[in-house]
Amino acid sequence: MCTLAHVFEAAGLATVVLSSIRNVAERMKPPRALHGEFPLGRPVGRPGDAESQHRVLAQAFALLERPDGPVLEDFPETIASTGGEPLACPLPARYDPSLPAAVDEARALRSAWERSFAASGRTTVGRAVDVDGIPDAVAAFVRVAEGTPWKDAGVPGIPMLAAHDVRSYYQELAVEVADGPPGPWAVERWFYDETEAGRALLAARRAMRDADAPFPLWFYMAPGAEQ
Amino acid sequence: MPVPDNDRLMRDNVAKMPVPEFEKPAFTKPPPLAECRVAIVTSAALHVATEDGFEPGLDPKFTVLDDGERALRLGHVSPNFDRGGFAADLNVVYPVDRLHELAARGVIGSVAPHHYAFAGNQDEQVSTVRLDTGPACAKRMRDEGVDVVLLTPV
Repeated sequence: MCTLAHVFEAAGLATVVLSSIRNVAERMKPPRALHGEFPLGRPVGRPGDAESQHRVLAQAFALLERPDGPVLEDFPETIASTGGEPLACPLPARYDPSLPAAVDEARALRSAWERSFAASGRTTVGRAVDVDGIPDAVAAFVRVAEGTPWKDAGVPGIPMLAAHDVRSYYQELAVEVADGPPGPWAVERWFYDETEAGRALLAARRAMRDADAPFPLWFYMAPGAEQ
Repeated sequence: MPVPDNDRLMRDNVAKMPVPEFEKPAFTKPPPLAECRVAIVTSAALHVATEDGFEPGLDPKFTVLDDGERALRLGHVSPNFDRGGFAADLNVVYPVDRLHELAARGVIGSVAPHHYAFAGNQDEQVSTVRLDTGPACAKRMRDEGVDVVLLTPV
């Protein structure tokens, strides 16, 4: 973003960067930056809170009145990345005990995902598999977690992208089922801590790591701080 | 076990990475905000579902987002940022509805007909973005009468 700010200014456009990592803005010195100490991935602050978002934008656009730069300001309100309210999102009861628990769960949540998609009109599922392929992708990660070599487990496409699709499927339906906008990282915490699929994904990631799979293949299947 | 603080890990890691240097940076003074046409450029790699997404590695291209389009995919596949916020409200990454509210109030002059998305993960020198795709994106915006660009990262 800071690179583009310099490129755009040189082309005669005025820019304002919403900074997420202050150290980068300090070093790259874009002409105008407003740093928000917010969770990464939420540069405008609070989802579902138009008033709060307008406060961020008002302070950012006010920087355009400065006669020169670079200027780096801090938004006075910070949002902690951890310690927020956990997501209250109930999970389905076991339905088909012949299936692995994570696969049974992913299948049972399909109707919730459909409601989410109908409500928002958008989905990020679809890099390695479409929504119909989610249970099979989960099944492949369960096999990896149980010891099948990842190359033989039927993971669709690049493991990172298959993991992305499974994670996105759960995140989107969770937002539909939960009451109100999720707190910082709350959807991720729910996915990795509470769901069978999230636990299977982390177990598959550990199994790939322990089997000396190439680092980028397993590492980017989950956030770096997850074990 | 303590709750993982992935944001702290990422901020600490990025602080150790080199960044490109810009000698003699430009500074463009905009017209008064109430007269400005504003566009958003985000590094969230947003794109419509019918269009190829960004490569998961380093992809210096940009996508063109119609101002009225909301069925956007978060094409930046990194797990290392909160994604639930975007799932709930795309404005927390791409505040296009907020821009329209500001235009309706007369705070900004108008909203650009298109916005643009790049991928946040780039090589350290960002050469293609600096020399090719970034200037090409700037030219499109200039041709569309844009005065001010709001840059939003993920």
